[in-house]
Amino acid sequence: MEQKNNTLLIYTLLYFAFLYIPVLFLPIFSFNDANYMSFPLSGFTTEHYEEMWEKTNLHKALWASIKVGIVASVVSTTIALFAAKAFARYKFRGQNISYGAIMIPFLIPEIILAVAILVIWLSLGFKLGLVPVTLGHILFCTPFAMLILIARIEGFDFSLEEASRDLGENAWGTFYRVSLPLYLPGIIASLLLSFIISFDEFVLAFFLTGSDATLPMYMWAQMRFIQKLPHVLALGAVIIVFTTFIVLLAFWLRNLGQGKDKAEFGIKIHE
Amino acid sequence: MNDSFIQINEISKHFGQVKAVDNVSFEIKEGEFFSLLGPSGCGKTTLLRLLAGFEYPTSGNLLLDGSDITALPPDKRPTNMVFQNYAIFPHINVEKNVQFGLRKLGLTNDEIIKRVKDVLSLVKLEGYEERYSSQLSGGQRQRVALARALVRQPKVLLLDEPLGALDKKLRDEMQLELRTLQKEIGITFVFVTHDQQEAISMSDRVAVMSEGKIQQMSSPNELYKNPQNIFVSDFIGETNFLKAKTDSKDGEYIIVNIEDLGSFKIKNNLNISENASDVICSVRPETMMIDKEKSDWDICLEGKIKQTSYLGEMTKFYVETKEIEKIITVSSQYFDNQSFQDGKCFISINLNDISLLNKK
Repeated sequence: MEQKNNTLLIYTLLYFAFLYIPVLFLPIFSFNDANYMSFPLSGFTTEHYEEMWEKTNLHKALWASIKVGIVASVVSTTIALFAAKAFARYKFRGQNISYGAIMIPFLIPEIILAVAILVIWLSLGFKLGLVPVTLGHILFCTPFAMLILIARIEGFDFSLEEASRDLGENAWGTFYRVSLPLYLPGIIASLLLSFIISFDEFVLAFFLTGSDATLPMYMWAQMRFIQKLPHVLALGAVIIVFTTFIVLLAFWLRNLGQGKDKAEFGIKIHE
Repeated sequence: MNDSFIQINEISKHFGQVKAVDNVSFEIKEGEFFSLLGPSGCGKTTLLRLLAGFEYPTSGNLLLDGSDITALPPDKRPTNMVFQNYAIFPHINVEKNVQFGLRKLGLTNDEIIKRVKDVLSLVKLEGYEERYSSQLSGGQRQRVALARALVRQPKVLLLDEPLGALDKKLRDEMQLELRTLQKEIGITFVFVTHDQQEAISMSDRVAVMSEGKIQQMSSPNELYKNPQNIFVSDFIGETNFLKAKTDSKDGEYIIVNIEDLGSFKIKNNLNISENASDVICSVRPETMMIDKEKSDWDICLEGKIKQTSYLGEMTKFYVETKEIEKIITVSSQYFDNQSFQDGKCFISINLNDISLLNKK
């Protein structure tokens, strides 16, 4: 028994080391006073971080990513909410097929998705830019949003919606006063995760941005110049911290109120 | 009083091949406590949901107080429902739950406050305004559901097995309370239950349903004393069935040959035809007498007690007789499980207590 526990512990530690040690190098070298990523460290500096304030191209790319992320997360969460509601609430013909159809972008290699959108977009005579990137991200984020929202809506007590109809509310009133507040933790979790997926996405952006770089595109472009590496490291470190925070927040929200009784929880948005 | 306050006209509801409600027609009176009683899957809940507007009939129409409500959505009907699981909104407190349905009624703030206050005192929930569903007991949730529906002053209150989730003691209390409440406010109640004791003890009239059809609709007394068919006789209370054949009629009476027992003259309430080879005699356990001695009743059989179950206020005896193949169930308030040491007994039946039923 003792032996087995140790083996599992070692395995677990190795696994986490494998996951996180490469990532930890970024913040370490981002504070190093040198242009090269190599030991020994030559000295502590925050100048790479300060540099970020001055790069207008970085600011432009950041703003582009935020715009794309907000639109992609709102649209994909909205689509996914209606679909998840339909899947959880009703049994209908072709349910499994349509579920599969929505999930497929999740499984197709991204590069194929990117090339497909590129070809269609150009053959329609449109220009590359943030619009096709946003559309690609909506496609790509919707399955993630679906998974989160279905988990939230499954097991939802639909007699609450019937009760609302019975008490004189029409379909929209019921959605606004009953369903929405009860789904809200799931909706927020879905918005946050979709945003992060879009924010970090590279392949679709690479094919579809044209000249309007998103943040990952900007980083990729910077890496070709060795002297610009340190400030990309600093930027990477900031993104890691931000992403981790958002993902933890999303998971906390997703699980909120699901421990004991799903129906016991809701956020109060009405007076 | 309007005798046809709710009119259910040739209503059918099919789910695919299943006929959940099968061409049902009847009327409910204004101010009546009306129960739909039947085993699960008999269509009673579907019928209630048709009245509420959660389902639309495959055919037929519904009239409430003279107007056709068949196609109205639930929010446009003057009915309100108490759900089986209560469906209390978990994200708002008791007060907000009760206010929920008042928003669209165009009341002033003062009227809303007064109505909520009045209905909470009616269901004895004063002081619980700030609580959430998770902080309430089953009985309290039920009261919230009741208050939330009644505060809208509906023409009809629909109740879907509202007492099913409560423990026995509380259920008995709530039965009495619901009944009193209904008499007090005078609103028509349509109450769905699978519990025959519940239906009998609370209702003015009961419709017994099975396989989407109404088997019998009458007062609780009628239902118990004059069941119209075997299903009702079996479903309401407990009974013994004996196979029989009919002979010739004699006015209100008919000569019946009960298998293994011989011929008797029995009242023919259901007007069963002569020379029918397939009829059933039903005898309730409490109408029979069990004793150590022979009696001078119409039928007296010697028997042996195979099993007893002691229920406190009475005892049930399962008796084997030489004449009848089946074990006969007799109940007694006088004797208990310790009265017959050797198991030898006599059971007696009065012919008046035998009801004659068609087998079909």
